[in-house]
Amino acid sequence: MSVRDPGFYDHLPWSRRPAIRWPNGARVAFWVAPNIEFYELNPPRNPSRAAWGRPAPDVLNYTYRDYGNRAGFWRMFQAMERCGIRGSVSLNVAMCEHHPEIIEACAQAGWEFYSHGTYNTRYLFGLSEDEERAVIQDSIDTIRNHTGQKLDGWLAPALTYTERTMDLVAEMGLSYVCDLFHDDQPGPVKVRQGRLVSVPYSLEMNDVIVYNVNLVSPRRYGDIIKRQFDRLYQEGEQSGTVMCIPLHPYLVGQPYRIAAFEEALAYIAGHEGVWFATGREIAQYFNDHYYDAFAAAGEAIGEAP
Amino acid sequence: MSQAVGPLEYPFRAYGMDHDRWDWSMLARRPGVVWPDGRRLAVWITVALEWFPLNMKGQPFKPMGAMQTSYPDLRHYTLRDYGNRVGIYRIFEALARHGIRASAACNAAVARRYPSLIRDCTERGWEIIANGLDMDHLHHAGLVVDDERALIAQTLEILTAASGQRIRGWLSPAKSQSHATPDLLAEAGLDYLCDWVNDDMPYRVRTVTGPLGSTPDHYQRPPGQGAPEGVTAGRGLVNMPHPVDLDDATILVQNHHTENDFRDALIDQFEVLYRESSPDNGRILALSLHPWVIGQPYRIAALEEALAHVMRHRGVWAATGGEILDAWQAASPA
Repeated sequence: MSVRDPGFYDHLPWSRRPAIRWPNGARVAFWVAPNIEFYELNPPRNPSRAAWGRPAPDVLNYTYRDYGNRAGFWRMFQAMERCGIRGSVSLNVAMCEHHPEIIEACAQAGWEFYSHGTYNTRYLFGLSEDEERAVIQDSIDTIRNHTGQKLDGWLAPALTYTERTMDLVAEMGLSYVCDLFHDDQPGPVKVRQGRLVSVPYSLEMNDVIVYNVNLVSPRRYGDIIKRQFDRLYQEGEQSGTVMCIPLHPYLVGQPYRIAAFEEALAYIAGHEGVWFATGREIAQYFNDHYYDAFAAAGEAIGEAP
Repeated sequence: MSQAVGPLEYPFRAYGMDHDRWDWSMLARRPGVVWPDGRRLAVWITVALEWFPLNMKGQPFKPMGAMQTSYPDLRHYTLRDYGNRVGIYRIFEALARHGIRASAACNAAVARRYPSLIRDCTERGWEIIANGLDMDHLHHAGLVVDDERALIAQTLEILTAASGQRIRGWLSPAKSQSHATPDLLAEAGLDYLCDWVNDDMPYRVRTVTGPLGSTPDHYQRPPGQGAPEGVTAGRGLVNMPHPVDLDDATILVQNHHTENDFRDALIDQFEVLYRESSPDNGRILALSLHPWVIGQPYRIAALEEALAHVMRHRGVWAATGGEILDAWQAASPA
């Protein structure tokens, strides 16, 4: 039986790669990625995945997510502001039209915007190449028109893909993706043309996984974040690491959850030797200083999947 | 939607929501609401009084607490019933200690089977709100509109007779609705529902009256398009905050957190909301309880400890849903 695998990266063991030195000798490149999302009540059905768990209208799950935009966002935003942390917004770009007030607040705070698709209820599974190009172009145009920023990063909507997704985003001028969970450092992604960097995002630190899948308590989430940071900070003395906290305002922005999160964030913000960056800045720095060396090291080992 | 929408078509991509049930509004930018006597934080406790039939069908899905084994599932049936016989009396005591009157969200079947329990609530000054007929009669899009209308009427009739109160509030069993549910609730004379979990404060709901045939069409239509023919605005209905998160069944049963975790979640929720509130900007702490969960001997102290923490703050106003709604209406001209 033949193995079907797009082969997005070479096997590059931790022990056999060049050491990373972040700017100003920082040990950890730390970034926070709030997912600013719009879930449609009644999206067209993707053949591979239903949008909602309950029969339509799934008003419970729809309103649970809507909480993030109505109430949770400001709580999360203010907690990050108090800790001096810029966000890298993983954006369902239709939010620019639906709720521009939120986009303006993020833009004014100097946050980066990257694309998380059009809506979180529009999946890429099964799209033709032309359709997928149109979705990416929509993101490029919408983010430029509403924020003036060039789109550099990609996290597929609801983590749904085709085999072409990586090739297309690279070809269309994006520089990094957050969709690969194989490493604590950035790395090259093998694409047809152009250069694409995988910037570590995280499912382990992601409040959706922590709260909706692992059903963790808020204070324990704070502990998890601190433990993750402590270890990456310690190891970052040898070779710079990346830590990302992906957030969803409908989850972390609940009153009973925000304080424990803010305490953990303040703990990290209180450390010297941390590079508080955005996704774009990490990708750019890696691209400029380490992409070629990492690609060569991976090729030399010759253990592609 | 009447016509199929393609994967790259976005008929609702415009300012605001993708439906016209409620308007987009950010809590942080709304005018403040003033509560009675200069209080800052209204505490609204709802206690669900539920009845799960032994031979429940579980359609179109099984709600939290449903029967699990083959008939007769005595273990789950009797454990739910424990709440209505024993657990609720621990809650009565815990709340009475602080003079808290709650809203009991009753399945009508509870009122029919145990009228003494409803009397025990009303004699304590509790409000009775409707929680449907029973936990095996979910409201969902598969119901014919007239059947759903009859279900609501029957539920309200039973609860009105048992409580002697005008029933003002509605919680759908398992927070499940059809497209028509809000319209039918307004039509039946209810003042508020508490199914939706998208806000910390009440907000106004748009309803219609008239022929409710092709219901999705008037729930969701492209922005700017007027109401369908023959349909007019319904009477005012308000959604009150009623959590799925700050809920004993979610935290203790679904998430398997400890009793101390539950207490801490309540205290953390309180601390944040109390800090955000002021005499000019009232907030609501809403808590959802189930006697078969929190009423267990090993759990009840978690509620008592959290309430002791909350209720020693001078700015707290414990009230029923109807009382909070009235104060909110008075402070928020339409």
